[in-house]
Amino acid sequence: MARNGTVSWRRRSEKVDGFEFSPVDSEEVHVLAVDDSLVDRKVIERLLRITSCKVTAVDSGRRALQFLGLDEEKNSSVGFDGLKVDLIITDYCMPGMTGYELLKKIKESSTFRQIPVVIMSSENVLARIDRCLEEGAEDFIVKPVKLSDVKRLRDYMTKEVKMGNDGTGGANKRKQRESFDLSSSPPSILSSSPPSSLSSPSSPSPSPSRSPLSSSLSAPSSPTSLDSPIRRLKTTNTD
Amino acid sequence: MAYLVQLQKQFDDYRASLFNEGFLDDQFEQLQQLQDESNPDFVVEVVSLFFQDSERLLNELATSLDQQNTDYRKVDAHVHQLKGSSSSIGAQRVQRVCIAFRNFCEEQNTEGCLKCLQQVKHEYTLVKNKLETLFKLERQLLAARGSSFV
Repeated sequence: MARNGTVSWRRRSEKVDGFEFSPVDSEEVHVLAVDDSLVDRKVIERLLRITSCKVTAVDSGRRALQFLGLDEEKNSSVGFDGLKVDLIITDYCMPGMTGYELLKKIKESSTFRQIPVVIMSSENVLARIDRCLEEGAEDFIVKPVKLSDVKRLRDYMTKEVKMGNDGTGGANKRKQRESFDLSSSPPSILSSSPPSSLSSPSSPSPSPSRSPLSSSLSAPSSPTSLDSPIRRLKTTNTD
Repeated sequence: MAYLVQLQKQFDDYRASLFNEGFLDDQFEQLQQLQDESNPDFVVEVVSLFFQDSERLLNELATSLDQQNTDYRKVDAHVHQLKGSSSSIGAQRVQRVCIAFRNFCEEQNTEGCLKCLQQVKHEYTLVKNKLETLFKLERQLLAARGSSFV
């Protein structure tokens, strides 16, 4: 589907290599949902969409890392330039890589550690919750996930967006993010061409980015703007 | 008009009975709240996925428990998945059997596991039939509404 410059072309859903997603209108919050259960993916996807989030749902931690471009073993063949992730919500118990292991990998990444990660689990085990929060998880939701749980997430994401938006315009932030990506991300994100329905492969699209995450990415030494009380408790030793 | 009212009552009563008899819990109502004009078949879609997933898991469980040396971690993993998906759609009775099932897995109690497998199959079949009936009644109601002159 050729891009014709209007807003509506982004509405089409694509299925690519195990990912199911809708192209993102970067005005909206984009959530990466990770769950091995088909039923749960369907539910979380709907819960997020109904709260006006764009959703990419994947079935494993490995796929999540591939989507982010963090998987060392396999370079993502699709450029997700412009599909910035504002939140990751992941199941804890998954075969292969657990949600906890995924959380660790994300927090170890200089590029993605600022993305809030929420853990979901059917088991309400205090030790597990503590471990996740200590590792940097933003929140912990006990399954089954309800609309009120997702609405709560939406509230603090919106707050972060508002706090981080200094109104300088999106194009600058996009450019800054891209120059940051050059130094830290694997080359596959920038050089490969995405499917035709996504944003153009090379030039930054003029879509504004409202998440504070892109501004913090462009200035890696600036303090995190996340408001979570758990964050405040942690000592931040970012490099 | 009277027919429509009757259908509505039949649907409402049947639905209420599923909650009263513990087949469904609050999570099913959560799913119904997520359904609207833009997603009119959401509940049916999720439940269909649940049926598919459960049938796969029940087969896996039967196979795993039929082995000479049962791998209880594998059995437990399947039960955990079934517990999760039944919880996500509000299939309360199925979920409850899964909890007991997992305890037997932990104890590596073959007899207990086999009993639970029978029980969970039974509960699954019941809730499947009930939900299919519910959806049928809903379709009848929608069809009648669509063609009514009220």
